[in-house]
Amino acid sequence: MTGRLWAIAYNTFREAVRDRVLYNLVLFALLIVGASIIFGQVSIEINRIVLINLGLTAISLFGIVIAIFIGIGLVSKEIDKKTLYTVLAARPVRRREFIAGKFLGLVMTLTVNALLMSVGFFAAVLYVSHGLGRGDLQLVTAIYFILLEFVLITALALLFSTFSTPVFSSIFAFAIFAIGSFAEDLRSFASMATGAAHLVISTAAYMVPNFAALNVVSQVAHGTPVEPKLILLNSLYVLVYTAAVLTASVWIFERRNLK
Amino acid sequence: MAAIEIQGLEKVYRTGFFSHKLKRGLMPLTLSVEEGEVFGCLGPNGAGKTTTLKLLLGLVFPTSGTATILGRPLGDIEVKRHIGYLPEQPYFYDHLTAVELLDYYARLSGVDARERKRKVERALSRVGMSDAARTQLRKFSKGMLQRVGIAQAIVHDPKLLLLDEPMSGLDPIGRREVRDLVQQLNEEGKTVFFSTHILSDAETLCDRVAVLNKGELKGVGVVADLLREKLGEVEVVFSGAQAVAELSSLGALCHATGDVVRALLPERSLEPVLAALRKNQARLISVTPVQATLEDYFLERVGDESPTKPNEVKA
Repeated sequence: MTGRLWAIAYNTFREAVRDRVLYNLVLFALLIVGASIIFGQVSIEINRIVLINLGLTAISLFGIVIAIFIGIGLVSKEIDKKTLYTVLAARPVRRREFIAGKFLGLVMTLTVNALLMSVGFFAAVLYVSHGLGRGDLQLVTAIYFILLEFVLITALALLFSTFSTPVFSSIFAFAIFAIGSFAEDLRSFASMATGAAHLVISTAAYMVPNFAALNVVSQVAHGTPVEPKLILLNSLYVLVYTAAVLTASVWIFERRNLK
Repeated sequence: MAAIEIQGLEKVYRTGFFSHKLKRGLMPLTLSVEEGEVFGCLGPNGAGKTTTLKLLLGLVFPTSGTATILGRPLGDIEVKRHIGYLPEQPYFYDHLTAVELLDYYARLSGVDARERKRKVERALSRVGMSDAARTQLRKFSKGMLQRVGIAQAIVHDPKLLLLDEPMSGLDPIGRREVRDLVQQLNEEGKTVFFSTHILSDAETLCDRVAVLNKGELKGVGVVADLLREKLGEVEVVFSGAQAVAELSSLGALCHATGDVVRALLPERSLEPVLAALRKNQARLISVTPVQATLEDYFLERVGDESPTKPNEVKA
């Protein structure tokens, strides 16, 4: 099973690379170099804050866009192009292995992409700060949280891909990412509501993925440390949420007629 | 043992998300394909051939009925190691080269890493694609894709081949090569179940055929028996155009090419026709009984039913 899973994951990764997905790195490099030069004219401290904010937000947004645009086609594109017929029909591949393999392949692509961006990002930070200190380990934590974001959004895009068209899937995925980015506000709003509204809004607030908790960009840019407890809780939260979303994807896909 | 045993397999589709209209893709089908035979599933477009294959392969789920493949029930994942499948109008990952694609499929089929390279090369060589082995599939023509499709179906050396319209998209030479390959694979002991609407291919290749139309089985037969069936007519070929007028008066349909005449006539008229040829000093070349073709069988079974309108059933 591991061999088949790895083969599907690697094929998904290879497809993304050959479809020139990693070309976004060029745009990212230009952005970072440009920002370093422009803000280099201002004081070192402000330059550093802006660069960290810009760099980490870019790593996150570039990845989210790639995750959604590739994720929504992971299953539906294979059904439309009929490429999965030869995989599922006459190979000992279970549908759940197919889902898991596609998921891992895209997460692998996003991780490689983010790590390559991170190399450029740290080089830029090194350039403007004239050195890296222990406090910069917080930047690694922020990048780890960005990777957790990718895991979550990939699982959601994949879920939509199992039953919806790419257009609707992308709308759903972007909408859920936007709502999830304001999950904390939604929870505050729910606590203010009363009666049935409280129940409905609370349920919705806790159902949507909490992307807000994964965004510590501004915090680390200002040098505020991230609590180890948050790292643990976020890791567990993404693990459980992703497992639930993937289980739902498998449940839907295993019942689907591939006409 | 039967390679494929189908018992009352039926598929009814619901059309549209909110619609309650149902479309019957396959009426209850009972069929058996013996190990080692080449079995042809014939029918016009929309007859239910592809639905049958997709049901057998677990791509769609049956509404009712059961089936076994190589003795294992539908849905058994391990039996798929021994199945090769070519979909109709195959699409593949076009970012891969032919070698990479076959290696991927061989890997999924559980082919041992040490044997993979050899098996991939052999499969490509058998379909005449060795020269294009390292070319990305996005640069392939339709015929080349069809060949790669056949290669991926045989790369893991399966016992049973399910081929959906294997000759489609191929030129006459390609069709001949694929026919030869199917025959070779059968001689190696593989069971071949293929769907086609090209009757001459089925006539050349198949031991038995089934005719489907509008999702319903219309008949099953051994091809050799069907072709042995006489139609009660004979074809007489002779040289001597002067005899044509007399033969026509005896009910023969004559077609002359230069001095050589082909006459089609009822078997009972053979004796008077031969006498007339002698009388007119014509030179007899051959007398051949006219045999039934698969086309005759097919048309008799399908009749003049419209093949296009799918069966709708009430919800």
